[in-house]
Amino acid sequence: MNTADVIQVLMSLLTLAICAPLLGAFFSQVYEGKRHLASLPLGWLEKLSARTVGKAYDEEMDWKRYARALLMFNALGLIIVFLMQLLQSHLPLNPQKLPDVSWHLALNTAISFVTNTNWQSYSGETSLSNFVQLFGLAVQNFLSAATGMAVAVALCRGLARRNEKTIGNFWQDLVRSTVYILLPLSLLLAGVLVSTGVVQSLSPAHHVVTLSGVEQVIPLGPVASQEAIKQLGTNGGGFFNANSAHPFENPTPFSNWLELLSILLIPAGFAFLYGRMVGNLKQGRIIFGVMMALIVAGLGLSLWSEYQPNASLGGLISLEGKETRIGVTGSILWSTFTTAASSGSINAMHSSLTPLAGGVAMLNMMLGEIIFGGVGSGLYGILIFVFLTVFLAGLMVGRTPEYLGKKIEARDIQMSVIAILLPSACVLLGTALAISLPQGLAGLSAKGPHAFSEMLYAFTSAANNNGSAFAGLTANSPFYDVALGLAMLIGRYGVILAVLAIAGNFASKRHAPPTAGTFNTNSVTFAALLIGVILIVGGLTFFPALILGPGIEHLLMNAGKVF
Amino acid sequence: MNESKDTALFSREVVFTAIKDSFIKFDPRIMVKNPVMFITELGALLCTFLVIFSKADRFNIQIAIWLWFTVFFANFSEAIAEGRGKAQAESLKKTRTSTVARKWTGKTESRINASELKLGDQVICEAGDVVPSDGEVIEGIATVDESAITGESAPVVREAGGDRSAVTGGTRVISDRIIVRITAEQGGTFIDRMIALVEGAKRQKTPNEIALSLLLAGLTLIFLLAVVTLKVFATYSGALAGQDLSSVITIPVLVSLLVCLIPTTIGGLLSAIGISGMDRLIRKNVIALSGKAVEAAGDIDVLLLDKTGTITFGNRMATRFYPAPGVNEVELAEKAQLASLSDGTPEGRSIVVLAKEQFQLRGEKFHPSQIEFVPFTAQTRMSGVNISDQGSVHEIRKGASDAVIKYVTNLGGKTSPELKKIVDEIAMSGGTPLMVAEGARLLGCVQLKDVVKGGIKERFAELRRMGIRTVMITGDNPLTAAAIAAEAGVDDFMAEATPEMKLKRIRDEQEGGHLVAMTGDGTNDAPALAQADVGVAMNSGTQAAREAGNMVDLDSNPTKLIDIVETGKQLLMTRGALTTFSVSNDVAKYFAILPALFGALYAGGGLHGPLSRLNVMGLGSPESAILSAVIFNALVIIALVPLALRGVKYRALGSEILLRRNLLIYGVGGLAAPFIGIKLIDLLITKAGLV
Repeated sequence: MNTADVIQVLMSLLTLAICAPLLGAFFSQVYEGKRHLASLPLGWLEKLSARTVGKAYDEEMDWKRYARALLMFNALGLIIVFLMQLLQSHLPLNPQKLPDVSWHLALNTAISFVTNTNWQSYSGETSLSNFVQLFGLAVQNFLSAATGMAVAVALCRGLARRNEKTIGNFWQDLVRSTVYILLPLSLLLAGVLVSTGVVQSLSPAHHVVTLSGVEQVIPLGPVASQEAIKQLGTNGGGFFNANSAHPFENPTPFSNWLELLSILLIPAGFAFLYGRMVGNLKQGRIIFGVMMALIVAGLGLSLWSEYQPNASLGGLISLEGKETRIGVTGSILWSTFTTAASSGSINAMHSSLTPLAGGVAMLNMMLGEIIFGGVGSGLYGILIFVFLTVFLAGLMVGRTPEYLGKKIEARDIQMSVIAILLPSACVLLGTALAISLPQGLAGLSAKGPHAFSEMLYAFTSAANNNGSAFAGLTANSPFYDVALGLAMLIGRYGVILAVLAIAGNFASKRHAPPTAGTFNTNSVTFAALLIGVILIVGGLTFFPALILGPGIEHLLMNAGKVF
Repeated sequence: MNESKDTALFSREVVFTAIKDSFIKFDPRIMVKNPVMFITELGALLCTFLVIFSKADRFNIQIAIWLWFTVFFANFSEAIAEGRGKAQAESLKKTRTSTVARKWTGKTESRINASELKLGDQVICEAGDVVPSDGEVIEGIATVDESAITGESAPVVREAGGDRSAVTGGTRVISDRIIVRITAEQGGTFIDRMIALVEGAKRQKTPNEIALSLLLAGLTLIFLLAVVTLKVFATYSGALAGQDLSSVITIPVLVSLLVCLIPTTIGGLLSAIGISGMDRLIRKNVIALSGKAVEAAGDIDVLLLDKTGTITFGNRMATRFYPAPGVNEVELAEKAQLASLSDGTPEGRSIVVLAKEQFQLRGEKFHPSQIEFVPFTAQTRMSGVNISDQGSVHEIRKGASDAVIKYVTNLGGKTSPELKKIVDEIAMSGGTPLMVAEGARLLGCVQLKDVVKGGIKERFAELRRMGIRTVMITGDNPLTAAAIAAEAGVDDFMAEATPEMKLKRIRDEQEGGHLVAMTGDGTNDAPALAQADVGVAMNSGTQAAREAGNMVDLDSNPTKLIDIVETGKQLLMTRGALTTFSVSNDVAKYFAILPALFGALYAGGGLHGPLSRLNVMGLGSPESAILSAVIFNALVIIALVPLALRGVKYRALGSEILLRRNLLIYGVGGLAAPFIGIKLIDLLITKAGLV
């Protein structure tokens, strides 16, 4: 690593640490319905949406009603995107005359975008029309992100409220997330990205003849607008299959830095929003600090691994599968950020990362997308671990565990366990299923432990709603489309329902003021403990699997054996 | 806890019964209530089947045996915790042998069996009779031997009306005659309930225990998934490497891995911790009527303490003599002592004692025949003596200052402004000034004060560090109350308190999210006892109070509340500590078992593939590694039984220090201990040639 690399890393982390608290303050104004920066220019849009929703827009909901509204809304989105793809040849804005999409791919893609996973079994530019990309996927990029944010906000309210039944209004949270946060930030980012050279066009692909006389098709499209929300909403589904490694999505170092930063911007801001909403700024900082510590540790390990002289390459470092213009540090920063947050956008092929860096990427996801994580989902994910930590350690101070003045009881633990268990079960059982079936093994391109890693990665990415892929696996088959689709659904809505149940339960609890004997969650000890619980509970589940994939591959590579 | 009692727990008899009970607990119908140990038992069963029907090699047999031991040790821990209670229950049952009740209808007496008594019946108990059932004295006064339940041999007085009207079935009247109205149904008496409680028959899981069980079940499920899928992953990885791992990754090996990973340590000890928590209270002579109350005790953050008996010795005592100008202090002491010689009240006696202690006065100057006692009356509000000495009579009086001043001025004496100032100062400081005069001459005054118990201030400071606020309840006026509160170091006080105010105070505190504990004995305390999160009724109190509280203190010692809170905290801490220990143990077990499973992967025909580098402990062979981990896992349960029964040591420190201390011992210790333990066992069994 040279100085420029170090500066790149430090700048990224520093900018994040500066922007996050500011955003957190802004977010809290948005969700608490106060006047803020965006209410003047965009207030009319919320009013319009409120009128569309009708009376239900202002009613407080209990957690069951909140969940029902959320599920209905997402189901509707799923059906629309599914049908759009099945009928895309009959719909406008299809300049390349692309045919209808197969049912399983359409299903997988619909689930993928509605669940904020953005796993792409298809190649965007050659499978989906501009219509689908614009009115199906891009719309869900906003709405799936807003759904996650709404759930997180509902949980914050649950923790903040006392002796109440309700946790807010889903429509309000959804609209405010979209109108005041995602929309303006995307517009801003898209504008800047266009200035760096990202494509924004509705014209059909260019056909050019290269110097060597070969005809080449260069697809264009509304890239910049999709790019912005893809990054900000931790969606990750790129316009092009090569995602942000494609020069039309990510042309310059500045665009690279901007896109990189925008992956973590909203999730980081949510840590501070949390502090504000529960009236304990310090707690928000602690959570941000824990996320930061974990990401720095993962980044460090990956960079160390990548910069090790590679015996198989005669002592050079590996650039295969990476964009040379982005380089190792840029690629690793991105791979760490994108798997820590549940983005899944990429600027290098994760399959080509060194085994340890690939392992870190997988671990980031396996922990449940809680190191910043997805927009909203990262916060509620880490809060589940916070509840577990408080429960385990809280007992050790000789009181029944309490968090922010509220007792953590059987129901909260039950739901937290479910929230952790469901995605883990999907990863392990899904991978085992894929191994056991010929349809599962059919998609593999690699050999040796890397083949195992490919399958493990796919299910890890799907069940934790990340969406990035070890590019080696051919996932567009009925088996993978359906299996991964199920993993995405369970990993998303299983957790969301558990979280909303916790939110409802917390809202109804009474609050006990802290005393000298209360377990203090604002301390460094607690932060260290939280990291320990995340690594032990989250990590131990997957330790054997990781050993058999990236672990053994790393050791073999050091011994000069590659696959 | 005292050491001799502790060793008695492990008496041969208790251990013997516990071993017997441990076998009964293998019954899957009982076991299924504890998912962690149920899975372990299933694993043991599976391995045993394999040994019998498939492959009976030395390794598999040993694994199966140790898996059974794991379950056995867990059963044993529960059985021995219950055994301690059972021994106690046996002695209680002896008091329940059929007694004859002398039923009284108001006119006639009939002898019936105690079991035929109904609610509201009246019975007569005379000296020598055993009280047939719980009840309330409605007529008479008697001394009662309650040693059967309290273990205290000194008899206590029970009388109709007032706060000492409750009698307990099974106790014996040793003097006089009382009529008792029965207040408990058969089978629902205090002793019945105590027996049920100490036997653990009615023991229900407490809220926190349920939550922890859920977490443990969740962890078990996660590890079950991890191990089951590992079989698939391993077979596949073997195939990718061109190796057949099926001879290494066998069912017993996978079961071993699973049992090592699931939280067997805490799963096995959880119920023992709960039972022993109640048991520890019983040995402090406190009966908790539910486990929930013990748990709540750990959460208490407000203590309502009665001043009298808890913070101060019951009575005011003389603490200092203040002579009037021109009077010698010794003379004042001497006269005050004389005035109190025949005064039987505690205050009077304390004056005699103080004079003796300070000036070695013994009051033997006059012959008893020279002294005439003038008792206290409501009219004079003074008491004293008339001493006839050489023909003259000395009238010495002591009493409230205004009464004595009136007496002196009537006799033509003068008041002294200096003395008046002293009187005011004493009153301001929470004391009671008692003025002494001889005839028309004011001698000075004696300061009577509530004496705060030694060490209580430190105790309250300790409680404050634990985050517990103490509120003193007293009937005194605010001025006196404030002074005592300051001296005792309580955080708050309630002066001129009535039962209604107590109840309101508890409700207010609870509104604010606090958990409140209090003690009480009178019937008028009952509503407050019922409202408090932890209400400790004194055994000497009324039946109503004992019914309302959720704990009964057999010693009737209000200070016990502090012990109760500590026991509750200890119970919760033990649970947390052992859970942390159990979970952090897993790291080392992975490092023992995974290299044993996959060490040979990609070894190219040799034994040491790349993953054998995970064998950081340098364990002898794959078999010894797995066996050592299983043995360690089993032994750690039995090794921690004493800790589970005795509880983690509690110190009154702030939560932050407590947490760091326990994290260091049970978290970091839990990480390190198995590395050492497994290595040692590995050395041993390899040396012994067991693998």
